[in-house]
Amino acid sequence: MTLTQSSGVTSGVTLAEGSSTASTASISSSGASPFSPSASMNSAVDPHHAIRKPLLECLNLEKSFGKTQVVNSVSLEIYPGECLGVIGPNGAGKTTTLKMLLGLLAPDQGHVRAFGAQMPEGALEIKARLGVVSQFDTLDPDFTCIENLRVFGSYFRVPKSLLMKRIPMLLEFAALTAKAHDKPQALSGGMKRRLSLARALINDPQLLILDEPTTGLDPQARHLMWERLQQLVQQGKSILLTTHFMDEAERLCDRLVVLDQGQIISQGSPKALIAEHLEAHVVEAYGVDLMDKDLLPLESLANRVEKSGETVFFYAQDAAPLLNALQAYPRLRILHRPANLEDLFLKLTGRQMREGS
Amino acid sequence: MMRFWPVFMRNFLVWRKLAIPSLLGNIAEPLMWLAAFGFGLGSLVGQIQTPSGPVPYLNFVASGYICMSAMNAASFEALYSVFSRMSVQRTWDGILNAPILLEDIVMAEMLWAAFKAVFSVSAIFGVMALMGLLGSAHAMLAWLVLLLAAVMFSAIALIFNALAKGYDFFTYYFTLFLTPMMFLSGVFFPRDQLPHWMQTVAQWLPLSLVIDIFRPLFLGQWPQSVALPLLIIVGYTLVAYTVALRLTQRRFKSG
Repeated sequence: MTLTQSSGVTSGVTLAEGSSTASTASISSSGASPFSPSASMNSAVDPHHAIRKPLLECLNLEKSFGKTQVVNSVSLEIYPGECLGVIGPNGAGKTTTLKMLLGLLAPDQGHVRAFGAQMPEGALEIKARLGVVSQFDTLDPDFTCIENLRVFGSYFRVPKSLLMKRIPMLLEFAALTAKAHDKPQALSGGMKRRLSLARALINDPQLLILDEPTTGLDPQARHLMWERLQQLVQQGKSILLTTHFMDEAERLCDRLVVLDQGQIISQGSPKALIAEHLEAHVVEAYGVDLMDKDLLPLESLANRVEKSGETVFFYAQDAAPLLNALQAYPRLRILHRPANLEDLFLKLTGRQMREGS
Repeated sequence: MMRFWPVFMRNFLVWRKLAIPSLLGNIAEPLMWLAAFGFGLGSLVGQIQTPSGPVPYLNFVASGYICMSAMNAASFEALYSVFSRMSVQRTWDGILNAPILLEDIVMAEMLWAAFKAVFSVSAIFGVMALMGLLGSAHAMLAWLVLLLAAVMFSAIALIFNALAKGYDFFTYYFTLFLTPMMFLSGVFFPRDQLPHWMQTVAQWLPLSLVIDIFRPLFLGQWPQSVALPLLIIVGYTLVAYTVALRLTQRRFKSG
């Protein structure tokens, strides 16, 4: 126990000190990826099996604004090499939690620790090793893409020679090489987000914190963003992201934390969460044919039934009997699919629109 | 330490792109003012009595005008431009994700606004030197006074920046604070023309203190007292910076 723990500590430290030199080497040799695997997690400690020390953790965070409690006893930790998703409806406290993790907001109660330091005393030390993409772009409108990266690198005191090598790699990674000398106003939404991501990588951080990284992007831009984030995880970076897109969470995250009304209401891998809370099959039936009284025999065939407007959702471990019975309603449109995160999300946080959302 | 430096340089890099065109405005406007007040009004007023003897009105008003310009330029930058970076463009939010603290940013903005003000005033200074308005080599000391003044007015303006909900708020600062101060501090006429009770109040105004040291140096004389006004200027600056920082921190922690 003591042995593995201390090895965890050392790996964290050597990483930080070694990362800049390691990535210098990787930049000159590798292709589109700004940081090669050698720059990231060492293979001696398998992040999925050894007893690991979290990169960042918080314990019992509480925050109220006036009389409203926005975050209530939130504890989470993020381990090396994993992608952790914090999901929850608007106003669940996701952004407030992130702000406390980043030391931008002081919690009323609780602790934040990362890389062996504590917030807020160790804020500078911690932030030197983080990359952050906030929900709203904070790119400098007066600077070109290259200048944005260069100036942001100066905030981290990245040496000029290293910046000169790193910036072309990051532009390549963000698919922005052709736009290197354009200002953010000339970029599409997806390009701006990727520039923000590239900017967050300027200090070769171990942990990326992304607040709704694909909100407002079109499908092409979202897919490109996902691809890049997966690439980063493969290179050994850790990611903490918030999202309210369940396909994004399912695709990217190893582990999810479901936040609602400021509290963690569930957590686990996407598969485990679905298995724990939901039946395997979902049968959706749309159409006006279905009267309440008609439903009664069908309801007994499903484990759970939900109605929303004109649609009825049947949740069942075994869908066959239900699908058979539904053949008696030829005018209904039937969709049979496996249960997914969206179902889980709706089950846990409710189907009703929230006030103000 | 020096964590403010990259933030200061960030502002400098943006400004450098526009510096040359703005220099023209920095020189043209004061020349028009001086022509109107110095030659126009000056020919009616003639000489102004100072403790070291009479001086032409043009020289008198030019020295006051420089102090006022430093005040306005610093205030403008520390209000409108800083507010843009803090609240509209969210530049600060981006910087705060780097290992830089809010206090570093506030420090950087204060020094930046002061630098920019001194730069634009230096352009006028140069023109006045060419016009032969400067009394003697004392003028270099006067230039240092402007530097202190610019830092002080930046710090004061940052208090109002921290309190602002929008740009409209700054109009009050200009019309209710800076404009009256301009008329009470002896920019256009000696303060002893004011009613006695008003003089007592006006001598403590930040701009009055600056003019009291700056004007004699500009005219090639020695100020009657230097230590006390300088001490008060430094005091005002420290207090204003501290208040601005606390208010800005409060603004960010509750946002």
